[in-house]
Amino acid sequence: MSIKVMEAPELLSLNKFNVNEKEAHIVINKEICAQCQDKPCLIVCPAALYKLDKNDIIFDYAGCLECGTCRVVCKNKGIIKWEYPKGTFGVNFRYG
Amino acid sequence: MSKDYAYDAIIIGAGPAGIACAYTLAKNGKSTLVIERGNTPGSKNVTGGRLYTYALDMVDEGLAAEAALERKVTHEQIIILDGNRSISIDYHDPSFNSECKSPQSYTILRAVFDEWFANKAVELGATVACGIKVDGLIEKNGQVVGVVAGEDNIYAGIVIAADGVNSLIAQKAGLISDIKPHAVGVGVKEVILLPSVTIESRFNLKKDEGASCLMLGCTEGIHGGGFLYTNRESISLGCVFVVDELAGHGRQVHDIFQELKMHPTIYPLIEGGETVEYGAHLVSEAGYREFPKKPYKDGLLVIGDSAGFVISTGYSLRGIDLAMVSGIAAARAIIAEKDPVRVGPVYMNELEKNLLMPTMKAVDGYYDILEIPRIYSSYPKLAAGLFEKLFTVDGKVPRSMKKEIRGLIKQNGLSAWQLIKDGFRGVKSI
Repeated sequence: MSIKVMEAPELLSLNKFNVNEKEAHIVINKEICAQCQDKPCLIVCPAALYKLDKNDIIFDYAGCLECGTCRVVCKNKGIIKWEYPKGTFGVNFRYG
Repeated sequence: MSKDYAYDAIIIGAGPAGIACAYTLAKNGKSTLVIERGNTPGSKNVTGGRLYTYALDMVDEGLAAEAALERKVTHEQIIILDGNRSISIDYHDPSFNSECKSPQSYTILRAVFDEWFANKAVELGATVACGIKVDGLIEKNGQVVGVVAGEDNIYAGIVIAADGVNSLIAQKAGLISDIKPHAVGVGVKEVILLPSVTIESRFNLKKDEGASCLMLGCTEGIHGGGFLYTNRESISLGCVFVVDELAGHGRQVHDIFQELKMHPTIYPLIEGGETVEYGAHLVSEAGYREFPKKPYKDGLLVIGDSAGFVISTGYSLRGIDLAMVSGIAAARAIIAEKDPVRVGPVYMNELEKNLLMPTMKAVDGYYDILEIPRIYSSYPKLAAGLFEKLFTVDGKVPRSMKKEIRGLIKQNGLSAWQLIKDGFRGVKSI
């Protein structure tokens, strides 16, 4: 493989994740998010996990890098739960 | 050890701050438990990055010499980018790696280093429990007396929050407020594998020596910059963006970063390599001015990134060393003061004594320069334009440089007055 422009899913596919299928560590309230004008989460998430489907925000916690940027920009509090994943779950950086 | 609690100290987070603290406590006979949510120490951590070795030697003399580090930094580079153009500065100083003293700094990969460092604390008797997340603190009459982790309540004489920049523990304890989007940057990074001989020839390095490179003008005008560090057999390439400016920008983080990767100056450095990891992390940007009023309360101390011990001057970035120094300060305070209610002020005193607070204060002014928006777009353009004029020979009669400069200032939407004002601000701030 050589160096090339990569989209977020391809970048994330390089990482090792242990996804907690039973419990999402980040939960959003779609109704609050629909009211949010700026939707900064669409821009700032380095994993591009926040997406827009018509006016609805859809979010998949599986590829989360646990940086916390979405939590910092979420002024309208559409993110109703933001915790780190339970112990052993989530991203496992092998280099860091 | 008292009968009332299981440990003298519980440390939340096995990063450099937490482990420096645990190491010092364990060495002084304190029973210490470090709780880490990752499977191994470092598995949740991302750095640029480099470590200034003085801090490791402050933890224990000679520790730097045996540490799991990457390359000794002898080349300090700054690259100013504008479009496809670039200006590079390379300060090469072999004395940063002379035989009679520890190299000044090393490049570092955190998953490797943190695990090594944690094992050193374990050798001295500390317990490091991985794969366990601390959910909250246990308080009794306003004093922190332990932590809650899942079903377990674990009690200790003192608790130390070393859970990183996004410190939910320090926030829950009411010691720091919600992180402000202007006070943090989001950093993204790819680790790119390359053979060591390739790295050495591309960066003009001797074996084991390394380069650190900071880049300006690669953030689409957003407060931030790029970084590149040569590891033994990989390159860490990344970019940091201040979060509030990014939010209003419109282009996604990874997208802007991918462009840096493919820049004609950067691409040849990583060509043929293989990206093996993509990481992201928040980093404090505001330094001393956002430092919490009180990084402690009865029974709780806040250290490292959790307290905001990061320095960014634009030409150097420090965090891991400061984290360790703050961890040492906390440990010394705990050793000196038996009463958990009185240990906070002793910790503050130790931070003064080991020069961490004076250092934070001394470089606080740099933030005023870094807040000038022109640094991230107009000035790199101006500089690149100036070099273009200097180096272009086309057989025509050259215009006077004075005229060229005036033209460039105007062309980049600047004024001489603006330049003078920013110049004064720059001089005043450093």
